[in-house]
Amino acid sequence: MSWFKRSDKGILTPTEAKREVPDGLWFKSPAGKIVHTRELKNNAYVVPEEEFHVRIGSAEYFEVLFDNNQFTELDENMESADPLKFKDTKPYPKRIKETQAKTELKDAVRTAYGKMNGLDITIACMDFSFIGGSMGSVVGEKIARAMDHSLKNKIPFLMISRSGGARMMEAGLSLMQMAKTSAKIALLDQAKIPYISLLTDPTTGGVTASYAMLGDFNIAEPNALIGFAGPRVIRETIGKDLPKGFQSAEFVLEHGFLDFIVDRRNLKSRLTTLLQMLKN
Amino acid sequence: MSLLDFEKPIAELESKLEDMKHLASDSDKEVQAAVKALEKKIHELKKETFENLTGWQRVQLSRHPDRPYTLDYIYEITSDFIELHGDRNVSDDKAMVGGFGSIDGKTFMLIGQQKGRNTKQRQLRNFGMANPEGYRKALRLMKLAEKFNKPIVTFIDTPGAFPGLEAEERGQGEAIARNLKEMFMLKVPVICIVIGEGASGGALGIAIGDRVLMLENTWYSVISPESCSSILWRSWDYKEQAAEVLKLTGKDMLEQKLIDGIIKEPLGGAHTDMKWMSTEIKKVIMSLTGELEKLSPEDRIQQRIDKFCRMGVVQE
Repeated sequence: MSWFKRSDKGILTPTEAKREVPDGLWFKSPAGKIVHTRELKNNAYVVPEEEFHVRIGSAEYFEVLFDNNQFTELDENMESADPLKFKDTKPYPKRIKETQAKTELKDAVRTAYGKMNGLDITIACMDFSFIGGSMGSVVGEKIARAMDHSLKNKIPFLMISRSGGARMMEAGLSLMQMAKTSAKIALLDQAKIPYISLLTDPTTGGVTASYAMLGDFNIAEPNALIGFAGPRVIRETIGKDLPKGFQSAEFVLEHGFLDFIVDRRNLKSRLTTLLQMLKN
Repeated sequence: MSLLDFEKPIAELESKLEDMKHLASDSDKEVQAAVKALEKKIHELKKETFENLTGWQRVQLSRHPDRPYTLDYIYEITSDFIELHGDRNVSDDKAMVGGFGSIDGKTFMLIGQQKGRNTKQRQLRNFGMANPEGYRKALRLMKLAEKFNKPIVTFIDTPGAFPGLEAEERGQGEAIARNLKEMFMLKVPVICIVIGEGASGGALGIAIGDRVLMLENTWYSVISPESCSSILWRSWDYKEQAAEVLKLTGKDMLEQKLIDGIIKEPLGGAHTDMKWMSTEIKKVIMSLTGELEKLSPEDRIQQRIDKFCRMGVVQE
């Protein structure tokens, strides 16, 4: 008999409640390295030496990319409605309200325009902390309108994806957001406006099967999980373990679906060089 | 004939009716009246049952083992059909079929997911789950239709795009995404009909159309009720409930303005009268094509884009 007994079984913190972004003074990487949060921030949220890319959200990406963190946000107040009166273990509006309170976000994407090394750019960035970065009507509509902004002003568009896929609680409505965003990308094509898609850890499901894979340039962060079906589903389908590195950014690059992998610390300069080349 | 749970009371009455007919001589007026009454009762019960099917019951009907599949309809409605194969890159995906077909003297490009009827066929057709090659083959055929200015009809019937190892290696996500984007810009009319299961991105990958229709007993949503149950309730036991909350029937989808119409099925489902069903589908295809061909390609594309861009409900 052990002397110390755990009174509660298992770990009770639900996945959504786990903070992705370090909010304390110190950050511990999965490999166990302890970094001061200021050092982490100065290193574009990449753990030094380990090259581990912390799962950050829109606030951090905007800070990394927009000059002096200056940007104008679009459709800041757009929120989910509850057209289907969806209820699983709890009603959908309640889930939204709780997530909003916890994350201080309105939904799983934020869109903004501003300057990146002096170049005009529109950026849409997903927040995984909001119901797994799931894509519902708000995500689709905000991305579509942000693309309209790029179309109207003829400025490049950067999409930063980090999502588990479509949001089940909006059923058919979320499925059609795949179509909506793809329609806008077709229009960007026609208008010859650069569309860069950055895939970060993880990008799966309906997001992979629509805007994330439709970039003129598909790029990814190192080691990001990228796929259509999730690893668990595939394992169940084929009935055996998946090879090491399966669905990693490096694997996807090797199979021809990415243009390059970029370290977050070089992201801004690489994007600037690329966009500058298209201009000259 | 395999029976679904809700079909059993009807089948019981029907077998009773058979017995009665057997026993009765033609002259027995009393028995004849009883037969008539029973026939009426069966019809009413059928009508009531099939008009008030739950979401889950429609899902079951959409997967009925006798349900007509894409090629069944294609051979029924065309006088000539030339099947075309291959994506010109990797292979020929048997879960996705397509080719030029002639309906009332007019040439169409007909494309759709294909399921199999017996074990061997089901394996060959991979249960109607296409690999990336399937979506690329579909796109190749659509571009071919565009070149020769022929309208496109797609038949949607899939439990989803195939979630396999090789499918991921060859870019399942990319293949579907590309179809979505390219289908918006097709210069010819595109009509999409959900004839069975319309599961998620695998269905949407051939379902960007000027008109998207669902047969009465089909479903179309972001996920299957079973998978939805397993993710949200962490158990497979809530599929009926999931089918309700997903609002996945034609009626629900039409109310949400996500499809353009419903094609009625014969009482008892499409499989009970394949010929009638095919005639209906043919009529719809012909009349919609006529309607769509009156528009210029530019207007059609614009309206197609605008329609999908209106989908979704948000508050500001």
